Amino acid sequence: MVEGNPDGQAARPLVRFEAVSKRFGNIVAIERLSLDIFEREFFALLGPSGCGKTTLLRMLAGFEQPSEGRILLDGADISGLPPHRRPVNMMFQSYALFPHLTVEGNIAFGLKQDGMPKAEIAARVREMLTLVRLEGFGIRKPHQLSGGQRQRVALARALAKRPRVLLLDEPLSALDRKLREDTRFELMELQENLGLTFVIVTHDQEEAMTLADRIGVMNGGQLAQVATPSDIYERPNSRWVADFIGDVNLIEGRVVSSTPGQTIIENAAAGRLRVAQATDAVVGANIAVALRPEKIQLDTTAPRPSDENCFAGRVTEIGYLGGVSIFKVKLDNGLDMKARVANRRRLTEQLIGTGDRVWLSFLPDAGVVLPQ
Amino acid sequence: MTIAASSREKARRDWGGRLVILIPALWLTVFFLVPCLIVLKISLSQTMIAQPPYVPVLDLAAGWPGIKDFITRLSFDNYKILGSDWLYLASYLRSLAIATLSTFILLLIGYPIAYGIARAPRRLQPVLVMAVFLPFVTAFLIRIYAWINILQREGLLNDALLALGIVREPVVWLATDTAIVLGIVYSYLPFMVLPLYASLEKMDESLLEAAADLGAPRWKAFWLITVPLSASGIFAGVLLCFIPIAGEFVIPDLLGGSDALMIGQTLWTEFFQNKDWPVASAVAIALLVILLAPILIYQHLQMRAVEDR
Repeated sequence: MVEGNPDGQAARPLVRFEAVSKRFGNIVAIERLSLDIFEREFFALLGPSGCGKTTLLRMLAGFEQPSEGRILLDGADISGLPPHRRPVNMMFQSYALFPHLTVEGNIAFGLKQDGMPKAEIAARVREMLTLVRLEGFGIRKPHQLSGGQRQRVALARALAKRPRVLLLDEPLSALDRKLREDTRFELMELQENLGLTFVIVTHDQEEAMTLADRIGVMNGGQLAQVATPSDIYERPNSRWVADFIGDVNLIEGRVVSSTPGQTIIENAAAGRLRVAQATDAVVGANIAVALRPEKIQLDTTAPRPSDENCFAGRVTEIGYLGGVSIFKVKLDNGLDMKARVANRRRLTEQLIGTGDRVWLSFLPDAGVVLPQ
Repeated sequence: MTIAASSREKARRDWGGRLVILIPALWLTVFFLVPCLIVLKISLSQTMIAQPPYVPVLDLAAGWPGIKDFITRLSFDNYKILGSDWLYLASYLRSLAIATLSTFILLLIGYPIAYGIARAPRRLQPVLVMAVFLPFVTAFLIRIYAWINILQREGLLNDALLALGIVREPVVWLATDTAIVLGIVYSYLPFMVLPLYASLEKMDESLLEAAADLGAPRWKAFWLITVPLSASGIFAGVLLCFIPIAGEFVIPDLLGGSDALMIGQTLWTEFFQNKDWPVASAVAIALLVILLAPILIYQHLQMRAVEDR
């Protein structure tokens, strides 16, 4: 499933999951999963709750042992190593700061375990406090800090030992929205500047999209797709991924013709759809076309003298979101579609209302064909 | 609501608040402070074969001169006796030594039990806590008499040791310090386990994972994280055991020998055998002062912990 490594990165993976399975009793959490993560990569594991993404991260940290398969770090098998012997560090979702230690004590904890000389520890702690902009907070206890500050201490503590891989388990989920957005950029900057490999677990698509170089979308203990954020969004490889990431309209149909660079699909009700993309599916096979709502053109008049990639219908609902509006349209053929239209005019001058007749159309390169 | 009504409402609530504090305050005054003051007064009196068996007795009918006479006749003589007679000092030291040893053993046994319960599956925990408590539903005296049975010359323990060939002759258990400590540790275990369990149960398991993640092996994570975070439970358990053990009377009286006494036994002897209420009272007050010290230290530490929060 690994679709090669992004340009400019070492060819050898830093972390490799080899056919890893994990079962808790009868429950299968991870099923024969293979994945490569490369040096200096910001990799996101994205999926709904219960998809196994946290289990995967915990196996990399050493808190869980794989039932089958191997986990390699730098080419060496670390599957049997206990957590305290692995050169990876984790930032916990709850932060797990030691409440009886000061900020400095928390950051120095891991360094002390390594037997680092006192002077070096002090220097490293200072460096870390500067890095996360918490100078002057060193002697406070965790309960004397705000949520955002605690998050930074957790980050500094996990980074202090300069781990080969930094694992982040939903690192921003406890922050409020504004702080979360600011912190995203700080995380990216940090990863860039330190040249470290980050693996983040998140259920927040937006977070994964903004932060990661590559995303592994997980479902039911397996990787549904591993690709760059734009590929995941623009070229989902399955209905599930298309549906999970962002909003999507799915139109079922039969393949009429398939040439390199173009597929024509016939839908009994919607007519002919032309998509500028090849498919493996044979003529006559049932497939679906995925259309992102923002790629649909909405008009009050029939746009072209062509029945291709164009449907007529009536507006059933309008959702106003400020910058954009979502139009729910019931097509004449019975299909429900969603179109996302930028509000170029002020709302008071809105031209389309509920019940109005509209035409939806899309360009051939806007849709994606999905195998059944 | 008008301002008058609201202030009346507020006054009523204030009064309610005062009442809530007043009831326990009144209770403690009548049943703790006043008796304490009476004991303190008796400890400053002289023994006398009379009814009550001490002088002076405050006689308010005699008026002001009577009160003056009463005060001048109070003295610290009984405390001088405590200081001059080796018997009393020896009893105090012995009590503190046995209490220290027993409390230490209790901590050593109680901590793993409390830790085990706190780490057990959540639905099992109430059952395990009950299991710690359940033996204490039977009468205390019966359980101590059971120990006499176990520890006597032809008792269960000697039978078992002889059968296993660990000893050739029956060992003398009863009337030794071993028997006292055994009985105390057995009796006080829940008072050590429960506060420890309460503090360990609250601990976030991800802290131990974080410690492991940062390079601490299990035993080190236990020592650096679990133990400091259960400090309040350790303090509470230690005090809850140490203080009553130091004043313990029944267990040393039934399981211990008659040659060396704990302070509770000395007090009993003074009171019931020698009928010397003033000296017995002085013994009690001195014990109170000795045991007050650790309580005050504990309170101080607690306050500091609260202020830290």
